[in-house]
Amino acid sequence: MTAHDSKLSRRTLLKGGALTVGFALSGLPADAIAQSVARPAGAAAGARVLDPKVVDAYLAVNGDGTVTVWSGKVDLGQGLRIAMPQIAAEELGIGLDKIRYFEGDTALTPDQGRTAGSYGIARGGMQLRQAAATARKALIELAARRLDAKPEDLDTINGEVRRKSGGPGVRFADLVGAKRFDLKLDPKAPLKDPATYTLVGKPLPRPDTAAKCAGSLVFIQDFRVPDMVHARVIRPPAIGATLTSVDEASIRHLPSAKVVRVKDLLAVTAEDEWTAMRAARALKAQWSAGTGLPAQDTLAQTLRAMPGQAEERLVGKGPVAPVPADAKTLKATYFWPLQSHGSIGPSCAIADVTADAATIWTASQGTHGDQAIFAKFLGLPPNKVRLIYIDGSGCFGMNANEDAAADAAVLSRAVGRPVRVQWSREDELAWDPKGPAQIVDFAAAIDASGRILDWKTDLWLPKSNGAGLTTTLAPVAAGLDPNPVFNTGLISQNGDPPYAAGHIEVTAHWLRDPVLRPAPLRSPGKPGNNFAVESFVDEIAAAARLDPLAFRLERLADPRGLEVTRRVGAMMKWQARPSPGGDRNAAVARGRGLAYVHYKHDEAHVAVGLELAVERASGKIRIQRVVCAHDCGQVINPDGVRAQVEGSILQTISRVLMEEVKFDRAKVVSSDWSSYPILTFSDVPKLEIDLVDRPALPPLGAGEAACCCIGAAIGNAVYDATGVRLRTVPFTPERVKAALNAGPS
Amino acid sequence: MPSYDLKVNGFARRVDSSDPDQPLLYVLRGFGLTAAKYGCGLGQCGSCNVLVDGKAMPSCQLAIASVAGKSVTTLEGLGTAANPHPIQAAFVKASVPQCGYCTPGLIISAAALLAEKPKPTETEIRKALDGNLCRCGTHTRVVAAVLAASGQGG
Repeated sequence: MTAHDSKLSRRTLLKGGALTVGFALSGLPADAIAQSVARPAGAAAGARVLDPKVVDAYLAVNGDGTVTVWSGKVDLGQGLRIAMPQIAAEELGIGLDKIRYFEGDTALTPDQGRTAGSYGIARGGMQLRQAAATARKALIELAARRLDAKPEDLDTINGEVRRKSGGPGVRFADLVGAKRFDLKLDPKAPLKDPATYTLVGKPLPRPDTAAKCAGSLVFIQDFRVPDMVHARVIRPPAIGATLTSVDEASIRHLPSAKVVRVKDLLAVTAEDEWTAMRAARALKAQWSAGTGLPAQDTLAQTLRAMPGQAEERLVGKGPVAPVPADAKTLKATYFWPLQSHGSIGPSCAIADVTADAATIWTASQGTHGDQAIFAKFLGLPPNKVRLIYIDGSGCFGMNANEDAAADAAVLSRAVGRPVRVQWSREDELAWDPKGPAQIVDFAAAIDASGRILDWKTDLWLPKSNGAGLTTTLAPVAAGLDPNPVFNTGLISQNGDPPYAAGHIEVTAHWLRDPVLRPAPLRSPGKPGNNFAVESFVDEIAAAARLDPLAFRLERLADPRGLEVTRRVGAMMKWQARPSPGGDRNAAVARGRGLAYVHYKHDEAHVAVGLELAVERASGKIRIQRVVCAHDCGQVINPDGVRAQVEGSILQTISRVLMEEVKFDRAKVVSSDWSSYPILTFSDVPKLEIDLVDRPALPPLGAGEAACCCIGAAIGNAVYDATGVRLRTVPFTPERVKAALNAGPS
Repeated sequence: MPSYDLKVNGFARRVDSSDPDQPLLYVLRGFGLTAAKYGCGLGQCGSCNVLVDGKAMPSCQLAIASVAGKSVTTLEGLGTAANPHPIQAAFVKASVPQCGYCTPGLIISAAALLAEKPKPTETEIRKALDGNLCRCGTHTRVVAAVLAASGQGG
């Protein structure tokens, strides 16, 4: 795409066309790679093939020698914008600079499911690969007829089909013409031999980096449409409160500011953003009392005692045998707190809703999945609701992006104009749907040699009660959705150890009523579950006076698990000895710890080791070094995987050391960065990441797995340093100090 | 309506505002300068940082009346994707951004630091960036990029 194209697109936009995120991978400065125009919803939906089982949904050969790639998976900062074109270009046999790439538009891209669960590459990328392989097979067959050659004697190179023996080729465009492929994804279409890869496996730069560093990338917060109005939603002072009255006169001094009320959804609009903000502050309204929250300091007891619990046996492995009388028994309880997504940019969206159609610009991870949900509360047919992805601030699960989009949609319909809703910092931290609190109980029996005879896990978790997304705030407040549901993601996985044991049992105690509205937060449930499991494994090793690394290696069967765990041992120059070690009463006690996860028991293998110091006087934990060995199968873009692993480690260090949502009996009170602090530069440790590339194996996803090892690696290192076991996250200095004062546990 | 004269990226600009408390952030965004991002409105995250007479400051905390007569530089004033400032180039080379939302504020803070101290230590860099929050976890790449931009490290 050229700068000329991008000018064209802006002009068309002003005529009311819809803007879509598109990128050319042409090596042009990213400023020139702007948004390109898509056709209006109806026409585009008719013109485009969107069935994810069909090649044309993903790929089109263009007459100018380029190939357009459409992806339902979006770039949230994890780098799909380069990795997906790498996959497509590699499999097709065309240069990366010939790929035009579009993502996350319900009118243009196939529904590949939410960009979540570390499935961007593992599922979405593999669909695209199969589409490209099917297209390549078809191109070769077309060329075989044209060249009177056998398909097996032909190959695709640089956008042409050529004889392997050499000679002139035929351009893809000359084979396909203006036609579609009209083919279903062929699971038997031959895939390229990874040994021949020239693009996949290379740390190629992302097409958007220069624009992000120049400040010219258009985020949803920067995006504008003609004739739009700025809105701010005023949330109630207590969760569950209803609106009793609004004093419209309280904003009369602000020209252009207007009150918009749809039942309990209260908002102000204005022609400029600052006026909307002033109006939101000035507006006086009366609200009923809320529905109330439990006391935070007794949250764990409250969760255990909640009515409406349902027990589910998740895992039962190995024969139940009586535990010998001389076996040693251990019990422990771990706790993971409510946490926020903590996006740096508060959520924002723009919606243009008319009587018979809606267009919504959003940074949601799931434009396609949102379509039916938004259509339902807007009372429109799904094919009349178009959602278009625009970059947002990193969301790490369902933050408030969908909420802002729903706010904008309900308000746009009410005012009859496009509406931009920007959430505030306070709204984002107080009202984003939260990662839920988790309680994990263990009981284990071991023999004198440290063999695990019996292992029992009990998890207390909120149960998802709907198949779709957690319901957004606006449709409920506006009375458009009387049956809100919530979905927390797959939060009960990795509650069992991957190590040899006589008998393993995991039971979930599903809670019907969450304390705060929950939603998936990066690696849902598993940073907490594996924090507990890998800490308790360490407790068992310590009780048996065994070295924690050797303990794991002796009980782990999976060769890939063994490989990453051994690599961490080597990187740490691990000396075999039981924990705790060293001078545990020193003013600054030093320790080491490690943890392993086989993510979801069938995805990436990750081991993390770290070294830290605990300052006895302050209770402050200083993490000095983190090493990670990471096997996510085939690596598409090693720099992208590395960035994901770095981010997983640092974000989870923040969650483990610092983060807990605080609430009073009415509402969340940790609503700024001083009451909900996150990791800062001075506390960031050195990172060493060792990627195990397995080009011949399927890619498994890299966005979450490493998160699961951090809590236990830190807790185990603190135990190694001090002999004190931390079982409640976050490990704040106050909590560490109290644990140190209480003595060994 | 009261008006305020200031310099933005080298150009004289006159701002008409009925509210002397209007934050500079919204004035800049009104000019189409959207590199500075709204992050907290509280001066706690650094996303909206700009240079005011060479010093990195959160534009969400600067009332328009307080910057009258001053010289403001936004990220757009440092360089462009085609013609980047050395710090921007170092960030690109180190492939720093993930989502990229905090990146403009980080580059502004780094520019202020290097203008004052061309060869900072790693500890000084971290300290200078402690007011900038990043949720994606790009911190180690940021520090490496600032070291590289200062001609230290690789």
